[in-house]
Parts: sequence; structure tokens; C-alpha cells
Amino acid sequence: MINATQAVQSTEAPRGFPIPVAALRRITKRFPGVVALDRVSLEFHAGEIHVLLGENGAGKSTLVSLLAGMQEPDEGEILIDGLPVSIDSPRHSMDLGIGAVFQRVSLVPSLTVIENLMLGGSWLRSLARGAALRRFDELSALLATRIDPDAPMSGLSLGEQQQVEIMRALWRDEKLLLLDEPTSMLTPQGVADLGRMMHRLKEKGVALILVTHKLLEAYEFGDRISVLRLGTVAGDIAPQRLQTMSEAERTETVIGLMFGAADPGAVPAQDHEDELAILLGGKLRRAGSVDRSKPAKLSARALVTMPDFAETPLHAVSFELWAGEVLGIAGVDGNGQKHLAEVLAGQRSLRQGRLELAGFDITRGRVPERRLRGIRYVTDDRLGEGTVGTFSVATNLVLKEIGASPFWRHGISDWPLIYQSAREQILRNDIRTPSELTPVGKLSGGNVQKVLLARELDAEANVAILNKPTYGLDLHNQRLALDRIVAAAARGVAVIVISTDLDELLEISDRVGVMFRGSLAGIVENDAAAGSKVRRLMTGSAAA
Amino acid sequence: MAAELKIVLQRVLIPVVMALVVGGIILLALGKDPLDYYGIVLQRSLLRSGGAQETVTRMAPLLLIAAGLIVAFRAGIWNLGGDGQFLLAAVASAALAPVLAADLPRALNLAVCMIVGALVGALWSVIPALLKARYGVNEIITTLMMSFLGTSLANVLIKLVLRDPDTTVPQTRSLGVDDRLPRLFGTTIHSGLVLAILAVILVHFMMTRTAFGLKLQVLGANRAAAVHAGLRVERLTIIAFALSAGFIGLAGAVEVLGVWGSVRADWNPALGLLVVPLVFLARFNGYAVIGITLFFSALTVGGESAARRVGVPQHYVLVLVALLLLFLALVEYRDQSRRKPSAAAT
Repeated sequence: MINATQAVQSTEAPRGFPIPVAALRRITKRFPGVVALDRVSLEFHAGEIHVLLGENGAGKSTLVSLLAGMQEPDEGEILIDGLPVSIDSPRHSMDLGIGAVFQRVSLVPSLTVIENLMLGGSWLRSLARGAALRRFDELSALLATRIDPDAPMSGLSLGEQQQVEIMRALWRDEKLLLLDEPTSMLTPQGVADLGRMMHRLKEKGVALILVTHKLLEAYEFGDRISVLRLGTVAGDIAPQRLQTMSEAERTETVIGLMFGAADPGAVPAQDHEDELAILLGGKLRRAGSVDRSKPAKLSARALVTMPDFAETPLHAVSFELWAGEVLGIAGVDGNGQKHLAEVLAGQRSLRQGRLELAGFDITRGRVPERRLRGIRYVTDDRLGEGTVGTFSVATNLVLKEIGASPFWRHGISDWPLIYQSAREQILRNDIRTPSELTPVGKLSGGNVQKVLLARELDAEANVAILNKPTYGLDLHNQRLALDRIVAAAARGVAVIVISTDLDELLEISDRVGVMFRGSLAGIVENDAAAGSKVRRLMTGSAAA
Repeated sequence: MAAELKIVLQRVLIPVVMALVVGGIILLALGKDPLDYYGIVLQRSLLRSGGAQETVTRMAPLLLIAAGLIVAFRAGIWNLGGDGQFLLAAVASAALAPVLAADLPRALNLAVCMIVGALVGALWSVIPALLKARYGVNEIITTLMMSFLGTSLANVLIKLVLRDPDTTVPQTRSLGVDDRLPRLFGTTIHSGLVLAILAVILVHFMMTRTAFGLKLQVLGANRAAAVHAGLRVERLTIIAFALSAGFIGLAGAVEVLGVWGSVRADWNPALGLLVVPLVFLARFNGYAVIGITLFFSALTVGGESAARRVGVPQHYVLVLVALLLLFLALVEYRDQSRRKPSAAAT
């Protein structure tokens, strides 16, 4: 009788002592030289969005990888539905009803969207395309996405690929959904859609774990917030308490937990403030003063590109860019930003249009000639095309200079000089690498980006195009990247920053242009009303 | 340096010893005495003067083909059409050499024939090269197809056009021994070997110390990065094909001008594919290729005698090469999985 009552209590009284969908008990995970997680205990409940907040290196990603079966804890145990389990593979994790979306896209590029989504099924069953398409449509409606199920993955932009990732994680109607920085690639509209979707899933009784470093998102979506710091749970704000707090109180509490209120002197005040600004969604505004009375540095007239499979081509894009100016390019991913960047860099040929650099026609120049003239391109596909992952940091630093002096004389490589110059660059740009000979693919995302920025924002740079320069970076490295961009503009470099993070663009741009279906829907001065104007342009409604 | 040496020893010696041990076990299972087999191999291939000369002579075409394959593989191009390139070049130089021998001095004749061989080899790669560069057509398929065409064409050319009327077996006219590549220091080793070693070292230097080599390596490691860096991908692809096939064609010419003097219609040593695993064993390193080619050459030369004496198939040597590849891969795998944990830190 007593047993029966207890059983009823534990399953039917969610408000009392519900069995968490997943629970971590004193989990410790060590890597050589680092304790990524130190005796972490957390519980994740059904019908709750649980936000994990923290800086990179706080252990968020490690925690997610444990639940996703990518790694196993050194100590402690994981309970699913109250039963201890040892999640030894991603497949096992999926079998337990855990779906995960990671920062890095992990889909098969040569397959189509729908084929990728059908991959998870048992290989004994035949591929039920009809059923898969129905599920796809359902999820498309949920996510409000417009992806062609038969488009090859390789043709999608990073943002669209991530949307497919989210679909795949939701594909089996999971019990627990892990989202590792899912909003970093989405537009404001996309974030709102994602929020609605999360809410619906929550109503269905799914437990959601949202990993983020954006405070506003944490408030907006989170029922419960746990703050991780240096591998430990610095604190927890329960739903009841979260609801009663004012926004200022929340911020105060969370910042205290994230950065350790005990020792405010540990972080230099300025840094701290800057990071805070990013956390709160970019309140820093650059006071740029651009002299537009002089002739433009770069002028693009009616640029048109050939349509590539599943890529948006440019359709009569014209703009002018002045020295020392930062032109932000906003827009939903996949609206032609990639073609624009590649055309300017000389990596993609034009079908029509004209490009002038300081009055000089460079329409026909390819990458090497444009590079000689000081045009630089920091790609968003850092490991895919920006670097050769298996090559050393030193080689990657000179990747676009192969054959040029002083590192090559009569075509013969001067490796000692290349290495020496790399060591200097590594010091100057604070690239964290064991040595200049380390393969660049082994570095963290932030350091790969530092390598690219060091290579592209050099002293001879004239015009710099940066595509999603902060994507996938932690706060500190985002700050560094943005600082370097602003510093380059201050030196007189004409800068184009393409990003889907509007806050970031409003922070550093002098003007913001919006790409929509291959056209430049408009360019607005970055004044107080810029945000709302840009948002209107992004949806394709009439020019501001 | 000491640590590097240790790594090399671990990575090369361990697989070699393991391959020999497992190969020995297989011999035991066949009821043969492995020590007997290996003893004969060693004695016939290296310890006897005649065998040693044969071993070294056979290295020449292998090294030239390896030089060609290193260029292609480093550039990410699978030139598997070596047999066709080799044979057509051999036939071309075999047809030309006896004719020119009458008019040209020996050195000039040999030089012309070798250049023609290299050009014919390169020419046979033009179609796969253009298809790959322009349309991205998979070169594994096109080079293999061109190889079948090339070997057949060589055969047809000998039988229909270039046949020496004085012989019963269809073959080209023979180049006089005095007109062939000069021998070295009174041995049977011809000077083509020197050329081959130079070619391998040259290629090694080119790949590791020149801008052109680095460009090819970027192309091979990450084509998208090559485009991003503004390399002329199409041109590099075509040049890499031409260089690769040119070296293989040179191998064919050297083999004819140094050893055979003529080509029989049914002759096809099929070295093009044979060298592929050797180049991988050497990890595309020119100096390692020389060592591995020596090892392989000794195995084949010694293996022929040993096979007859011990009573195993002649191609048992290939079993050893296969085992060697297997163990090399296993050692590599072990190294990789050991290194992984340190790289996985967040």
C-alpha cells in the first residue's frame, strides 16, 4: 500500500518530486591539463526549457557532448528517467530519446536534405520517402523554413544547414532536445520562430536544454537558468524565482555568477563592460566619421552572377564604399551574401557589372591581382576553404602569398623565414597554438579565426570583406575579432562585414545594407532607427 | 633528430618485421620453411653480385613511376593510368631509337627518345586532365579507361605498324646493345638508374621546397582552399597530370632504352598500379620511396628464385607487400588513436 502510493506520487505529481528526464550526478570530465567538468550535478525536467549559460570553456559543450554520447564522463553518473545509464555512443543517446544540435554542422554534403534526414533510420527498413516528406513538411511549418528537400546539402548556406540540423534532431520526436548555441546563425525572425517551436515542444512535454551565451535569449526562452563557470555549476535560478525577478535583478545575478562576483578585479573593467555589452546584445556603438566627400574606394555597379546550383545569385547589386568605412551587410542567410563576398574577392566571376577600386577597373582581376591591390577576404567557411586543416599554422598564414617575395625567391621556399614570420604573427595576434608547425585544424575556432584575421587584415590591406567574422566564436574572441575590424577601419581600410547578427552590425557599422533574394534591398545610415529599418528590409518589404 | 629517427624506426621497422613474421607464418601453414625462403631471397637479391645488380636495375622504372605518382597524389589526383602511359611511351621510344640510331650520336639519340617517351606519356594524360580540370570528371575512371586503351593501342601499333619483319614474335626492331643507355662501372646496371634517382630527389625537392610544389599540395589537400587562395586550379591540375604521366612515360622509355632494346606486343610489366602501394608506404616522401623501392625490388628478384626453390607461387611477394601495407596502416591507426585524446580538449 505504501509502495503503491509512493509510485503514484513519483509519476503523477510533477510539481512535487518528479523524476527528471535526465540527471547528472557529480559528473567529472578531464582533458589533458584541463578539468572541463568538476563534480557537476544537474537535473533536466520534462516540459521545461533549461538554459545553460556560460563563457566558452565553462564546460557547456562538454556537458552536451556527454549527453549526446560523444564522450563519457570520468566520474559520476547520468540518469535517464531515473535509471543510471552509460551513454557510450551517439546512437545510444538517440535510442534514449536524446536529440542534439551542435554548433558545427555534421550532415553529409553530397546527399540531399531529405536523404540526410532519412539517414537516422534503421538500415533494414526501406526508405519511406513519402512519410519522410510529410515529417519534413511538418517540421518546415514548425520552423517556418523554406528549404527544398531535394537540394544537396553542399548547396545550402551555413544557416540553412543548421536549420536542417535542428530538423534532424527533432526528427524522432525526442524526449530530450539539446541545442548548442542554436541561435548564433539565425535572424531575429528565425530566433522568434525557434522560440515558438521550443515553446510548442515544451508544451508537448519535451525537456529542452538550450546552451547559449546570450543573456536576453536565456531570459526570453528559459524556464530555468543554470550558470556554468570553469567547469562547475556557479548557480541555478529556479523557474519560480526567475518569474519573480525583474530584468535588472536577473542580469545582476547572472553576471555575478558568470564572471564570479567575488573577484571583480580579475577581469579588466573595460573588457568586462565590453563583454557585458555583447551579452546584452550590443549596446556599443562605434562613433565612426567617414569622409564621403572624396571619391569612393570601392564601387560596385550592377553586379550580376551566374546562378549556381541551390545558391542565390546576385541581381544588380550596386554600392559604394569609402576608406575607413564599415559597411554592414545584413540579411537572412542564403540571400546572395556568399556570391557578393566571392565576387568582391575575385573568387567568382561576374556575368555583368563593373567593379572599381579607387577608380581603377578591377572587374577582370582574379584573386592574386586583387590581393596585390589590397583586397582581402575573410571567409566564413574557415576550415572548409579559408585554411588547409592539415597544413601548419605557418603555411596557412602565407596561403595566399605562395610564390611571392620575400618568402619565395625564384620559386624556392624560404621556410626558415616563413616560420620566423609565423612566430611573430602568432605573438602579435595572440594565436594560441603549441607552435607554428601545428596543423591549423587542431586549433580552436577562435584561434583559426585569429590566423585568418592575421592573414587578411595586414598592413597592406585596402578593402576587407569579412563574412560572419564572429560566427562560432566565444565572447572573448568575438570581441577581439570586432576590435580588429574596427581598428582596421580606423587605419583607413574600407570594410564590408557580412553577418546575420544584426546587433553586431549595428555595433560596428557606419551604414548597414540588407541583402534580399540576391539584391541589395537598401542601405541605411546607422542611426537610432536603423535597427527597425533593417528588420523591415530583411523581410523584403518596401525600401526604407 | 633522435626522436624523429625513433618515430621513423617505429613506423617503418615494426610493420616490416610484422609483415615478415606473418608472411613466415603463412609459409609455415603452406608447409614451407620461411627461413629457407627469406634466406634465398636475401642471398639472391642482395648478397650475390649478379642478383644485386638485377635488383638495382629493376629499381629504375619503379622510381620514375613513383616520381610521377608522388606529383599526382600530392596534388590530389589519382593517376591510375600508368600502364597505358608507360607502354605507349615505351613503344614510341622503341620505334624511334633504332631509326635515329643510324643518324644521331648515341647520347643525342637517347635524349631525344627519352623526351619523346615523356611527351607521349604526358599526351596520354591530356584527356583525363581536361575532363578533370574543366568538368570535374573523376580521374580514377578516365585514367583507367585511357590505360586500357593505351595498352591495346600499343599492342596494335606493334602488330600492325612497327613490327620488325625479321622476327616471328611480333615486336619492334631491336636497338643495338651499343646504342642503349650506357652501363655503370662495368656492371649490368644502366645509367637510367641515376636518372631515376635524380628524378625522385628532384620531385621531392619540388614538392617540399618550391612554391609550385606547395601550390600542388594545397590543391591536393583542399581544393576549395586552392580556389579561395586564387590558385589557377585548372592549370595546376593539367600540369600535375602532365608531369605525372611524363615521368611515367620516361620510365617506359628508360626501361626500353636501358634493358630491353625492343618491345614485344605481349609485353606489359603492369608497373603503374604496382607502384601505387609503394608510394603510399613511403608516404609520398622521395627518400623513403628509394628505400622502399629497393626493398620491393629485392623481394621480387629474390622472390623469383626463392619461389622456384621453395615451391611457392612467384607472386607470393605481393602477399608480403599487402601485409606490409596492412601493418603500416595499423601502426598509423594506433598512433592516431593515441594522439586523439590530447587534441579533443575543449
